[in-house]
Amino acid sequence: MEAPPEEIWKGPARALLRLRRLEVLGLAIVAAVGGAVAGGPVFVPVAVVLGVIAERFVRRRFRSWGYAERADDLLVRRGVMFSRMSVIPYGRMQFIDVTAGPLDRLFGLATVKMHTAAAASDARIPGLERAEAERLRDRLAQLGEAQATGL
Amino acid sequence: MSYTGGDGWQRLHPLSPIVRGGRATIAIAVVLAPVALTGGDIGREIPQLVAAGVLVALGFVSWIVTRWRIDGGDLQIETGVLRRRSTRFPLAQVQAVDVVRPGLARLFRVAELRLRMGGASGATARLAYVRESEAQPLHDRLLELARAERGEAPGEEESLPRAERPPERVLTTVPPALLAAAILISDVGIFAEAVLVGLVVTYIVSSTAATAILSGGAVWIISSFTVVWRRFNQEYRLTVAESSDGLQIRGGLVALTAETIRPGRVQAVRLVEPLLWRALGWCRLEVDLAGRQRSKGEGEAERGRLRTVLPVGSRALAEELLDVLVPDRPRELLAPAPLRARWKSPLRYRKLGWARTDTCVVTRSGRLQRVTAWVPLRKAQSFRRVQGPIQRRLSLASVHVDTAGRSVHATLRDRDVEEANRALVELTDLARAARRAA
Repeated sequence: MEAPPEEIWKGPARALLRLRRLEVLGLAIVAAVGGAVAGGPVFVPVAVVLGVIAERFVRRRFRSWGYAERADDLLVRRGVMFSRMSVIPYGRMQFIDVTAGPLDRLFGLATVKMHTAAAASDARIPGLERAEAERLRDRLAQLGEAQATGL
Repeated sequence: MSYTGGDGWQRLHPLSPIVRGGRATIAIAVVLAPVALTGGDIGREIPQLVAAGVLVALGFVSWIVTRWRIDGGDLQIETGVLRRRSTRFPLAQVQAVDVVRPGLARLFRVAELRLRMGGASGATARLAYVRESEAQPLHDRLLELARAERGEAPGEEESLPRAERPPERVLTTVPPALLAAAILISDVGIFAEAVLVGLVVTYIVSSTAATAILSGGAVWIISSFTVVWRRFNQEYRLTVAESSDGLQIRGGLVALTAETIRPGRVQAVRLVEPLLWRALGWCRLEVDLAGRQRSKGEGEAERGRLRTVLPVGSRALAEELLDVLVPDRPRELLAPAPLRARWKSPLRYRKLGWARTDTCVVTRSGRLQRVTAWVPLRKAQSFRRVQGPIQRRLSLASVHVDTAGRSVHATLRDRDVEEANRALVELTDLARAARRAA
């Protein structure tokens, strides 16, 4: 998965890691409180341990995300258990989605997704700062138009 | 042609709504037949008659508001009562014109023209239906206009009138007996037979249990038989011929289709060899075509479906067709996967392999059936390198070649990590070069 040196890899904003950690913390608190009420205080350390494991996973997952804009194509990598690296030529892009859920918006984040004619194409970059997401969308759209090829 | 209005506008055949209704039409006929034949008690049938009358009226309205014309390089189709919709299909983007005749259409001597458009939209324009005798001239005229719009000078052969052109070369026609035998021992065929045998055995043991299964699983049982029937129906007497426009495919039992595959339309080609077929040296060949993604107005049945070129035939015959479909395909032997891949894909291991030329990649995989897929690199949409937890331990990785649609999976499965990384870079570069050259 090591990329050739000329590529500049960028990752999602730190805010995404904060958001994911908060989600883990919230779930752990709910589990701890719920477990304590329903089954006694033993469940509190269990929830804490699970929370720590989940936090580790979330951190590794956050680090695995990356994307690089090359001259002719976009590289996207992701995944801890299943590591994936996609190469999407700009000329193959059909349209680009920018989405932001309520929590994302709270943290000023957005997800950029590119669609090609192939259903299997896997090009989603989550947790970009608003401005970066918009810059990326405009740039991709521009490059896509310049290099567009028919089916 | 008849039904002509002003400004070159034309209507479709007046019987179109009836044919379009398809199964609904047959159902109405079945419901009304007893009344019409016996006279019967008209009073009791009033609701049915009213419903049928409303449907006929709706069909008539839909016919009267639909019109089409060829206007300055575009095919224009207008339809709709409350919301008028006018669609222009630029003829320059026409990939192919297919002539389709479902069972009812054959009964009423009409045919549908289906224009497959290229470009990003990949839409389909349908002229359903026109008179059978007008279908072929219209088909030729549309293709000629499309060629003129693209600015292609007609080739030497094409400038000749149709009758004087050199005859097409018929490559293969599949005999019905061979097709039936092949379907019976294919995956879907064996499944349907197992269902049938299971039902009979259950019935002998306990008839109540059999009825319970029949009533409970009717949908699945029926669908397992429909798949078999549909395959037989579509591939009956399928004929492949080489002509000046590309490969001509026509055939069918109830519904007749005629389709032209221009070489540039092929997104991917797939050769399938089911377990039992391999012993007999049989295989089937399918192509994935441009402009064949889920488009509005296409029947459920053909959505994302591959087009069968050779329902069953020998390897040698398949090679002959492959020469036309993917002439630039790799000829050398496929490189096998490293030995350790058998731990990760025990069933697939012996079939795994891939090869490439500068413009085409081939991969082979499959558990019970062996599937070989060719993708022209200029048609590849994107590339993915994936490594799962087991693969990481064995230092293997897979590279997926994503093609348009979701039908063909071309995967360089379980290669050495180094090889996969190199393949990803190489294939990306070659695909870029191939796109530029195109």
